[in-house]
Amino acid sequence: MCTRADCRFPTCRGFELAGDATDVAPADLGELRDVIGEALAAEEPLELIAGATKRGLGRPLQLPRTLDLSRLAGIRDYEPSELVLTAGAATPLEEIEAALAPARQMLAFEPPDWAGLFALPASAARRGTLGGALACNLSGPRRIKAGAARDHLLGFRGVSGRGEVFKAGGKVVKNVTGYDLCKLMAGSYGTLAALEEVTVRVLPQPEAACTVMLCGLDPAAATQRLNRALASPNDISGAVYIPACSTAALTSLSGVPGVAALRLEGPAPSVNSRRQQLLSDLASDCEATSLEEEPSAAFWRAMRDVTPFTGHADRIIWRISVAPSRGGELGEEIARRLDASWYLDWGGGLLWVAVSGAEDGGAALIRAAIRGTDGRGTGHATLIKGSLALRRAVPVFEPQPPPLAALAARVKEAFDPHRILNPGRMVEGV
Amino acid sequence: MKMPTPDAAVLQRRAEIVEALRHIVPGEGVIASEAERRAYESDGLTAYRQLPMVVVLPSRVEEVAAVLRYCKKMGIKVVPRGAGTSLSGGAMPLADGVLLGMAKFNRILDIDYDNRCVVAQPGVTNLAITRAVEDAGFYYAPDPSSQIACTIGGNVAENSGGVHCLKYGVTTNNVLGIEMVLMDGELVRLGGRHLDAEGYDLLGVMTGSEGLLGVVTEVTVRILPKPTAALALLIGFATTEDAGRCVAAVIAAGIIPAGMEMMDRPAIHAAEAFVKVGYPLDVEALLIVELDGPPAEVEELTGRVEEIARNHHATEIRLSRTEAERLAFWSGRKAAFPAVGRISPDYYCMDGTIPRARLAEVLARIRVLSDRYGLAVANVFHAGDGNLHPLILYDANKPGEIERAEAFGADILRLCVEVGGVLTGEHGVGVEKRDLMGTMFDESDLAHQQRLKCAFDPDGLLNPGKVFPQLHSCAELGRVHVHAGRLPFPDLPRF
Repeated sequence: MCTRADCRFPTCRGFELAGDATDVAPADLGELRDVIGEALAAEEPLELIAGATKRGLGRPLQLPRTLDLSRLAGIRDYEPSELVLTAGAATPLEEIEAALAPARQMLAFEPPDWAGLFALPASAARRGTLGGALACNLSGPRRIKAGAARDHLLGFRGVSGRGEVFKAGGKVVKNVTGYDLCKLMAGSYGTLAALEEVTVRVLPQPEAACTVMLCGLDPAAATQRLNRALASPNDISGAVYIPACSTAALTSLSGVPGVAALRLEGPAPSVNSRRQQLLSDLASDCEATSLEEEPSAAFWRAMRDVTPFTGHADRIIWRISVAPSRGGELGEEIARRLDASWYLDWGGGLLWVAVSGAEDGGAALIRAAIRGTDGRGTGHATLIKGSLALRRAVPVFEPQPPPLAALAARVKEAFDPHRILNPGRMVEGV
Repeated sequence: MKMPTPDAAVLQRRAEIVEALRHIVPGEGVIASEAERRAYESDGLTAYRQLPMVVVLPSRVEEVAAVLRYCKKMGIKVVPRGAGTSLSGGAMPLADGVLLGMAKFNRILDIDYDNRCVVAQPGVTNLAITRAVEDAGFYYAPDPSSQIACTIGGNVAENSGGVHCLKYGVTTNNVLGIEMVLMDGELVRLGGRHLDAEGYDLLGVMTGSEGLLGVVTEVTVRILPKPTAALALLIGFATTEDAGRCVAAVIAAGIIPAGMEMMDRPAIHAAEAFVKVGYPLDVEALLIVELDGPPAEVEELTGRVEEIARNHHATEIRLSRTEAERLAFWSGRKAAFPAVGRISPDYYCMDGTIPRARLAEVLARIRVLSDRYGLAVANVFHAGDGNLHPLILYDANKPGEIERAEAFGADILRLCVEVGGVLTGEHGVGVEKRDLMGTMFDESDLAHQQRLKCAFDPDGLLNPGKVFPQLHSCAELGRVHVHAGRLPFPDLPRF
């Protein structure tokens, strides 16, 4: 059980874990190195946690020890005119966002809040940490315009599975000195290194925003309009489609079934002129409306946080990245063959699917559908939420072709040769 | 510049190697004569030259794979090359190495407007991608100055930037997928027409890896709709401090211009003498600020930038009235390098990045160094992202000047690191900054990077002698050092 008196994590109360895990919480870089060095010497793998909001994500771990990174927190450097912020990796996102707000800046990749999706207890740190969002490379609807979490990580310092401190990147936006290890860390789910400090790019908040909603569209018509909007110079910063056949939660969000929503951000005169342009280009043969300020912001928060699929404990949630033109037809195909609801983000390139009742959670069918009948379709499906048994039984991340899987395993070997850090979190045995 | 000692055994087998390569790449794809190899002896960093052992120009992926497989089997080094425009010696040949030229991979394979991407072979030029899609209202955003010649494969290797990357990102932010061949001949696809990786982001690792990890044989990039309007402001300042503060104020006001460039007095004068576009000559610093987007936005933001400039004591503000005038504002900046080439027999272009707030201080210290080395310097600067390009003027025919220029350049890069910046913003480490890596990274940092190379190329055959100041064998790098003092149970048997 948890050895720290003030431990606040659900795990410490036996949530999803075997129960005899011990918890170590280093206070600084030196202690972090020592803890990992000890684990390496004892060959005792560590489960890395900080905000502990994403333990339900990824392959389940049952490791003897938990490495609690949450004390490696706090903003260390922030100069708004440099558009750069340096913080302890475990700094809560709320704290980062509170510090950015007075300068009217933001993390442009919109790190999601999946506390609702994972039905975390109210006592848990809801938003998670900056390092957690980066380590899982989680990005919201603005991904299509501003890039992913991986595009905003400029530098880091941490300890690899070799028990050695190292750093990469820098504290400036433009840098090509050495390999871009920031990209490697983003999305590695703590399997290569424990991040101690990160430097991220920040951007100005938009002065104004509105959402244009085009209603009563079937998937084909919506795909065509999303594409036209994104191919226009109207600088779209969010593009989603919620089909008519989807859940009540989705319909109540949008008001009407079959809605394509497009977000515009920028100075008010610019937002207004682009809204006019979009309405005249795309709304000639469908009903249209627009959301302003807070309703608009609330709508995109809901898309970011997958709110439409929260509150159904038994449903399996998939996050599927494909070429944007394929998202709609793929959603329809999956819904025809499984008991499933779906919606599209990223202009059609991100398909969210909630499945009920399928034995393998729909994994085989979904992954075959991505490859397509000719086997040449690109993309990947990640099992975001499913039971422990399901996440043990099916690959949570898209299986890779053998040469690529072998290369990824060698990369793991380079950073963590003795499989000390989150082993098996992404791929069995790696 | 010390390169790895050529392998005498390989050099001795040269005739046999050329013959074997001719079997893999028939016809004119293997270049062995000294006169023809001469064309490949350097890249854009012409101070360093080396004749390659042999040049191979494959035209099919199978040939690339077979060449690499053969070289791995025989222990022969390979240097990949695109158009050879690298400014850091990334494509500099090795005396005992095969130079693998990708110029014949020059076709655009697919233009996919529904998914807003282009699939191209690596030898397609950067500008050719924009040319292929501009009629439909699209463009490819990263625009390095060499875009007419540099290839998209080279852009991936160097993670190239350009003047518009503050707003639109560098290569890594605009590449969706690649196909590549590893040193063992294995073909690997990363990404595609979708976003983000399903596992480790090896596409992100490959971008900017300077030809040390794999040979790119196909690239998928995203294209963007061309903004409807663009206006440029030309703003003169009496001091570089005022100009630097104006740049910071524009950013602090929440404005991300499409481009924000600065030139100092020597650069302004050189550029104006060359292109005669009417740059003010009585200022210490000149800013070009470009805003793009819908007309309503451009109009709004140019007004705000003008006001900020006035508040920062601008001595001259001009707004482009026509597209021709906007391009004229840029022509001086874009011609800054050749313009400096006219006033000096040779120049050496540096590429550090600094925190913007330290600009005035860094420029002042560069002036002090300039006096100390007795060499003039002109500064052009991607002010928006802190990427500084000091151009050191020298004459290679004067004994000792090239060495002085190199020492001056190294001091500038050390200064960039000292104030919190980095050695290279967009030109890459190559051979040029290789021996300065230790100013930014310690041994552990470099060892972690080199172990990543071991995962891709365990024999260290792909482009060795670039990026890393010291070569270590992968076996040596792979050892795990557990410090005895840290063992919690020192008596237990380990491993």
